[in-house]
Amino acid sequence: METPVNWIEIVSIVSAALAVGLGAFGPALGEGRAVAAAMDAIARQPEAAGTISRMLFVGLAMIETMAIYCLVIALLVLFANPFVQ
Amino acid sequence: MIESPLSAKVVFTIGPVPITEPVVVTWALMAALGLAGWALTRRLSLRPGARQTALELIAGVIEQQIRSTMRVEPRPYIAFVGTLFLFILTANWSSLIPGVDPPTAHLETDAALGLIVFGAIFFYGIRTLGLLGYLKTFAQPTVVMIPLNIIETFTRTFSLIVRLFGNVMSGVFVIAILLSLAGLLVPIPLMALDLLTGAVQAYIFTVLAMVFIGSALTEGKPDNFSNPEASDNGDARELD
Repeated sequence: METPVNWIEIVSIVSAALAVGLGAFGPALGEGRAVAAAMDAIARQPEAAGTISRMLFVGLAMIETMAIYCLVIALLVLFANPFVQ
Repeated sequence: MIESPLSAKVVFTIGPVPITEPVVVTWALMAALGLAGWALTRRLSLRPGARQTALELIAGVIEQQIRSTMRVEPRPYIAFVGTLFLFILTANWSSLIPGVDPPTAHLETDAALGLIVFGAIFFYGIRTLGLLGYLKTFAQPTVVMIPLNIIETFTRTFSLIVRLFGNVMSGVFVIAILLSLAGLLVPIPLMALDLLTGAVQAYIFTVLAMVFIGSALTEGKPDNFSNPEASDNGDARELD
């Protein structure tokens, strides 16, 4: 007798991987641009480095949150999936 | 199979209330921080020794950060902001103690911290602007923005919670996975990275809390801080 294929778990694992992969893609590009812009600004105006880096950290945290949301969704799908008993 | 990061281990129960591991660690940290605060500030003198100088340095740095981020006198806020920062920092770094999970790696602790900030925004906003004045800031810049401003109040608290949870939990998780794959010394560089992430996340959580509180204070009177004449007017009134 054939073992039943558990489609919900297969789809859950694939979608968790997709969520993290695609969710890391956009924020990575955004953070790269933000850091490049901050480097440029510090090179032009080194005396404002303190303010710029504080703003950079806060901005990076904001951008990074998008990736973290995807990670949380992936974890929900893996560990607290409402469709798996 | 690795344990789910969304559930917490129950250590013991008091009557019907289960006490989980993060709660025990949180109370231990609170006791440690409280005792350290009491013991270190017991004998303060006008001519500080090495210990008091170090403490004054920490307090001075926090005060200066508040002043440059919120652009207000830091005195009424330093207790709240400083405690928030020190607690999150020690909570994030408590993963250095073997066998201890940082309490911030569990959603409940972060939700509690986020709700404290949520309440503090209202408290400081109402205390500075009055109830009516604070409610009026929801209609800034126009009345059309009221629903969006209300939604923003909740979503920014939610993102504050999820950001801290996601960062700390993913650090713990990655180390656990690596430890199950590779041997004894391999996770050490990642643990060092985890220390950096913990410090940065504590800083970011505190800075964002300061930014939110600061925006609740200044939204009602936007030209008070950008306009340098505001203080001149006060001086002129005194002269009259």
